[in-house]
Amino acid sequence: MASDDIWILGIKMTKFGKHPDLDTVDLAAEAAQAALADGGVTMADIGVLAAGNLMNASAGIGQQLQKQIGQTGIPVYNVANACATGATALRTAIMAIKAGECDMGLAVGVEKLSGAGLLGGGGTPKSDKNVYEPKGRFGAVTNVDGRIGTNTMPGTFAQIGMEYGHKYGGTSFELFAKISEKNHSHSTLNPLAAYTKKMTLEEIMGDMMIAYPNTRPMCSANCDGAAAAVVVSGEKLKTLSLEQQKRAVKVSASVLTSDPWQESCQVLPDVNTLTKMAATQAYEQAGVSPDDLDLVELHDCFATAELVHYDNLGLCEEGGAVDFFNSGAPWRDGQTPVNVSGGLQSKGHPIAATGIANIWEVCHHLRGEAGDRQIEGAKVGLAHVIGLGSACGVHILEKSAA
Amino acid sequence: MAAAVPIVDYLVLGDDPHLVAQECTACGARFFDRRNACASCFATEFRDATIATEGELKAFTIVAFAAPGVPVPFVAGVVDCDGTSVRGNVINTEPDPDHVSLGMKVKLATQVVGTDDDGTEAIGFGFEPLEA
Repeated sequence: MASDDIWILGIKMTKFGKHPDLDTVDLAAEAAQAALADGGVTMADIGVLAAGNLMNASAGIGQQLQKQIGQTGIPVYNVANACATGATALRTAIMAIKAGECDMGLAVGVEKLSGAGLLGGGGTPKSDKNVYEPKGRFGAVTNVDGRIGTNTMPGTFAQIGMEYGHKYGGTSFELFAKISEKNHSHSTLNPLAAYTKKMTLEEIMGDMMIAYPNTRPMCSANCDGAAAAVVVSGEKLKTLSLEQQKRAVKVSASVLTSDPWQESCQVLPDVNTLTKMAATQAYEQAGVSPDDLDLVELHDCFATAELVHYDNLGLCEEGGAVDFFNSGAPWRDGQTPVNVSGGLQSKGHPIAATGIANIWEVCHHLRGEAGDRQIEGAKVGLAHVIGLGSACGVHILEKSAA
Repeated sequence: MAAAVPIVDYLVLGDDPHLVAQECTACGARFFDRRNACASCFATEFRDATIATEGELKAFTIVAFAAPGVPVPFVAGVVDCDGTSVRGNVINTEPDPDHVSLGMKVKLATQVVGTDDDGTEAIGFGFEPLEA
């Protein structure tokens, strides 16, 4: 192993779902302590802590966590980057190691989101006397959500999938529902998923409509959860035990992008361009191609989003996402299994935890520890997240050769 | 006739209602809100650009579940108005997949969206089917 490589030494996610008896710090502590134990190290070994908790981003989750698991005076970076918060925390720890500031870091993402309901909609309530007065950068006299399009996440991502359908054809309500059917089927094998019940296509299409064509099970599941990872330099890893070296997973690429300006990106968020950029950079960094991937965990915040990312991540040729799905490729027994964890739709989406949890899923397979849902012989995997605004994280992981 | 104000300042009312974008004088990028600089080329000069009132629906959703106070269902979409993407609702048609489709031709239409305590009406806009 090269001295300047970065490795995941320990990684863990909590059960996703409802945790009424645990607060945010409890969940973060559970994931962090489990990741440290998984890596065979303690807080005394950690040189940097990066932590994210999006819905309470000003609270300083990193320092709160230290007070429960170990205050050692190391630098703490509290990060917030929408749904890419977890990936951003991981990347922050990786950057600190790459910069030579330390040889081991801890990244944690945690969210309490059970019962949070619809995200993204609404507006500012008006004062007692209602007199129209232009406000803000659009000079709006009243709330525009629902009057000039929609601010809701299900509606936004519905349009993103429909836009792809308009451009390339072949999409339908049923196609998007089938994507969800796949993920709800995959999660039956994942004991840490928030939902583990198989759903038929009829059940998915017949469920409550949220924003056509996304029904409720086609939306990411709001839930509680945390995930944490210990990252280490190649040089430090050489000094650790053979067992630690064998279970370590190589971070072959770690990329974060934001959206470059595109004609319509401020009218409807463009989640495509920055994902394509991140994927291109990641494949180049890792020296692998999409054909080399044994599994992919991508940001299926809605069924309509999963479709466009097949294309954005280069899993199919441009415009070929519908054919790629219809070929059966992204099913767990297909050519490029996608979201064998169940994805955000079924495993769940505790926002800041997601970007580390999907890396845990990939590592779990690369280590050959995924039990019933193991993708046999997995050697290379990719994890992708996107947060609106936007931020995109792509990590490529490889099985240890040790 | 009651006083009327546009829901946003990029909607111009009158006999021929239309939208106006801020167009970067350097690169032509168009924006609907107040800008500090152009997000595409960083220039700081803008001019008004009149947006075509007819276009093609290039993405839509039918929102069935929204924040409290937002009437549902409604159709939210993006309309390609002669090369400029515009966000807006599809109005004056049934909000269901039988009446709204990708690629349908639409045109700008205005409607009253509220009245304030002084009796001033807020005029909103949307896009209605061209063939309606």
